[in-house]
Amino acid sequence: MKIAVCIKRVPDMETRFKIAASGSSVDETGLKYDMSDFDGYAVETALQLNEKQGPGETVVISLGPDVVQEQLRKALSMGADRAVQLKSDRVPADGLAIATALAAELKSGGYDLILFGRQAVDSANATVGPMTAELLDLPCATAVSSLEIANGRATARRELEGAAEVVEFSLPAIVSVDEGMPRARYPSLKGIMAAKKKPLEVRPAQLGEERITIEKMELPPERAAGRIVGEGPAAVPELVRLLHTEAKVL
Amino acid sequence: MANTFAFAESRGGALRRVAFETVSAARALADACGGGEVHAFLAGAPGVSSLASELGKYGADVVIVVEHPGLANANAESLAATAAERIRAGGYRAAVFSASAQGRDLAPRVAAKLGVGMAADVIAFELSGDALVVKHPAYAGKVIATLKLTGSPAIMTLHPGARAAVEAPTEARVESAQPAADPGASKVLVKEMIAGGGAKLDIGDAPVIVSGGRGLKSADNFRLVEDLAAAFGNAAVGATRAVTDDGWRPHSDQIGQTGRQVSPDLYVACGISGAIQHIAGMRNSRTIVAINKDKEAPIFKVADYGIVGDVVEILPVLTAAVKEAREKG
Repeated sequence: MKIAVCIKRVPDMETRFKIAASGSSVDETGLKYDMSDFDGYAVETALQLNEKQGPGETVVISLGPDVVQEQLRKALSMGADRAVQLKSDRVPADGLAIATALAAELKSGGYDLILFGRQAVDSANATVGPMTAELLDLPCATAVSSLEIANGRATARRELEGAAEVVEFSLPAIVSVDEGMPRARYPSLKGIMAAKKKPLEVRPAQLGEERITIEKMELPPERAAGRIVGEGPAAVPELVRLLHTEAKVL
Repeated sequence: MANTFAFAESRGGALRRVAFETVSAARALADACGGGEVHAFLAGAPGVSSLASELGKYGADVVIVVEHPGLANANAESLAATAAERIRAGGYRAAVFSASAQGRDLAPRVAAKLGVGMAADVIAFELSGDALVVKHPAYAGKVIATLKLTGSPAIMTLHPGARAAVEAPTEARVESAQPAADPGASKVLVKEMIAGGGAKLDIGDAPVIVSGGRGLKSADNFRLVEDLAAAFGNAAVGATRAVTDDGWRPHSDQIGQTGRQVSPDLYVACGISGAIQHIAGMRNSRTIVAINKDKEAPIFKVADYGIVGDVVEILPVLTAAVKEAREKG
């Protein structure tokens, strides 16, 4: 199968974020970056599908400034065949502007399957995948926890709140992947060497109109300091008393 | 005076709590527009119209009811086409969906069909001149972004539980509508619905969540977490990513950055060290209790009350004490 995977460069979420002087972005000083967790699952899913189902091609696509080449190279070192950077000096806050650029790139690519992560772990919108599907008029299953493909048909499971549904559709299609899908493999040394010679094309991103601006970013209020009630089972009566009289949740 | 659209989510012939939240949020927006109407959109199998009056309780002036046998299960393509058509025709200032599994699937499609801006997972909102200004948690909940959406209608999905539904009773008028796209002709069809475990409360709805981590030492010991949840009576069981990765619990139980984000009245973290992956999913709980053997564990930094010790020893004692407290009332 010819599979496209759309990935995003995001900072490490373990970071203690600071707000930049502009007040409308995080301070990028000293941040470490990787591809978004779910996008890693999407790359892995594509690689495993093509490994199992015989000859295919995995193409990774990322939108943003030249630094996104770092994440594209990582996907190549995991085993993707080629990469495309949709060059843009920044990543818009409007998912539809991004989806418009991705749709323009994907439209004539002849892909059987286009994969996204459920959401980028930084902006946490989960909009670009289904928006791209809408613009391309393709079948779309979002946030799938399992995916099976045979003879051009796909079966996927989606977790709902307290329930799940199994959906069926034909390829070509767009799928966004959630927990339950395979974790990204670590690139091998051989993979890293091979990635250096794999093609990485750069094209200008044809962004759509932007209707969303980031006005402000701020840190949420810190939780008030809590207290250690005590140690071991002996502390239970005091905890229950506090839950009853102070927190009033019991 | 502009009207506001609300998507009222139902499943299996019953409204979901998030339906009242979206209607109530739409009510607040309509009032802010100088008293416009709230038009709720309710779709499902024939018979779903009987739920319309419940939406009136939360301020829906009109309930647009779309009944079709093919809408018994979620059908994103038909629903997105129908909702987009109604929103286009209705001249709404804003359209509110829930950031539930269904709303997150549906709202981006509607925004793309209409070519309008969409904000996801909104925790607060206000109209400011000709813009909709919203707050949205980003960076694993460590940053709150304020976004400005220009253009009309603005679409948003509301973070479940972020804003309680407020009663504002009206006599809702019911308008019947037809699906704009045949549900049977959708490219993606639900083949099977898998219900959750019977009467089990979902982690998104439960006022109390008891969650377990690796500190429980084995899948078997999750029984102790289940027992404590049962003692509370109104509790659901959650888990960390480490635990769902190990297969102790299903992925649908995972609370955290890559799982569900919850904000119950009480969150009891059992044998959970408090990696950012997990904290991102539960830091907005009203009261947090942590039980962990390592007194330096990061979970104690977000907990209101902590007990240091072996969770396997402490849980049975806590379960008995909670039972006793509840019996005493």
